Amino acid sequence: MSPGILPLRFEAVTFERRGQRLLGPLDFEIGGPGRTVVLGPNGAGKSLVLRIAHGLIEPTRGRVTWRGEEGTRRSRQAMVFERSVLLRRSAAANVDYAIARRGVPRRERRQRRALALERTGLADLAQRQARVLSAGEQQRLALARAWALEPEVLFLDEPTAALDPAATRSIEALIASLAAAGTKIIMTTHDLGQARRLADEVLFLHRGALVERAPAAAFFEDPQSEPARAFLEGKLLW
Amino acid sequence: MPELVDALRTAIALMIGLDAELVEIVGLSLRVSLAALVLATASGLPVGAFVAIVPFPGRRAAAVVLNALMGLPPVVVGLGVYLVLSRSGPLGFLGWLFTPRAMVVAQWLLITPIVAALARQVVEDLWEEYGEQLRSLDVSPLRAIPTLLWDGRYRLVTAVLAGFGRAIAEVGAVIIVGGNIAHVTRVMTTAIALETSKGDLALAMALGILLLLLSLAVNAAAALTRELAQGAEG
Repeated sequence: MSPGILPLRFEAVTFERRGQRLLGPLDFEIGGPGRTVVLGPNGAGKSLVLRIAHGLIEPTRGRVTWRGEEGTRRSRQAMVFERSVLLRRSAAANVDYAIARRGVPRRERRQRRALALERTGLADLAQRQARVLSAGEQQRLALARAWALEPEVLFLDEPTAALDPAATRSIEALIASLAAAGTKIIMTTHDLGQARRLADEVLFLHRGALVERAPAAAFFEDPQSEPARAFLEGKLLW
Repeated sequence: MPELVDALRTAIALMIGLDAELVEIVGLSLRVSLAALVLATASGLPVGAFVAIVPFPGRRAAAVVLNALMGLPPVVVGLGVYLVLSRSGPLGFLGWLFTPRAMVVAQWLLITPIVAALARQVVEDLWEEYGEQLRSLDVSPLRAIPTLLWDGRYRLVTAVLAGFGRAIAEVGAVIIVGGNIAHVTRVMTTAIALETSKGDLALAMALGILLLLLSLAVNAAAALTRELAQGAEG
């Protein structure tokens, strides 16, 4: 195994669209391991942070580095979206597609695929068309696909925003076990309960700025900033 | 009026009796247009997908040109192919003029832009949905082409069938490069044109009815595929 890609560093990262600043300037560093939750109300720029970190969007100014070097590291990462796009083929083939693109040899692909489907409770649905699975199963499949890639960093953008409570719980359990297995989790949520359950550390964003950063316990116990306090009391603010 | 009824009666008799000349003409029509369709699908789908998602200078212009070429006048295509395949033309040595091969080439050129332009739209819409996810999986636009063509397969059937409808129904290109030679290059549309001008309405009507039925069948097939797609794969 080559040396890890962490830490992730944002240096004066700004993102503008049509002259309007949507994010930044942001400066922070995220090291491993554990679960970093980017928290904030809608429109705070949480998804932008993830997309810029993952290299899906170029920042307008500033730079992103991984272990001190510029450039994307997507081949060592995976991302699960709020509504993940699944290909029109079987659940198993969806997992296989992703790992085949990373050049994993066929024999190993079969093992990794089986393991990922097993861990996400989808083994029985392996041959089912991905697009006819329920929303919760689809999101578990997206996680299985990400898991099979064996990423060093897993980004999740509001992974349970479209799910019912039971499906949400099963996704959260999977995220916890991925983190326990050593994968660095960087996720966004606007769901306070979920942040409390999952976060080791919180980055609180408000109107495109990093307002507060703290270990989860401290953040929820005693937030230092006014916007964070308001958000935790449910009177926010956007 | 009585002549018309007579002609219609004869036309139906020709169809029911599987008249040898009728069968030959319909058979050649199908062979030529299906061959053109296979070539147009193999070339039009990748071209359409490429223009849809691979960034290159002039991509917008290429999309506009593709759309414009959908309306290519068949006689102009026929003329172009004629010039290229004629004895003094650059490909005259092939000796394809006034053979079914020339007709296939003409129809292929005629319908490839249709298949490509419709495919471009389908693939562009899919990329809107898939783009971010595929980039996250390190799939380049070029490598995404087969993926998107496969995932858009049911919607692309419509594009392909539109191409077929155009090929089977056009007369201008095949009459110029085929010459409407009996038993050699006579297809449904050229036969209808000829028989009508000769006043032999029965054969013309029989062919006309078959042509209509064929286009009805093609459209029904397109509709059915769409429905099956929605049912089977969400």
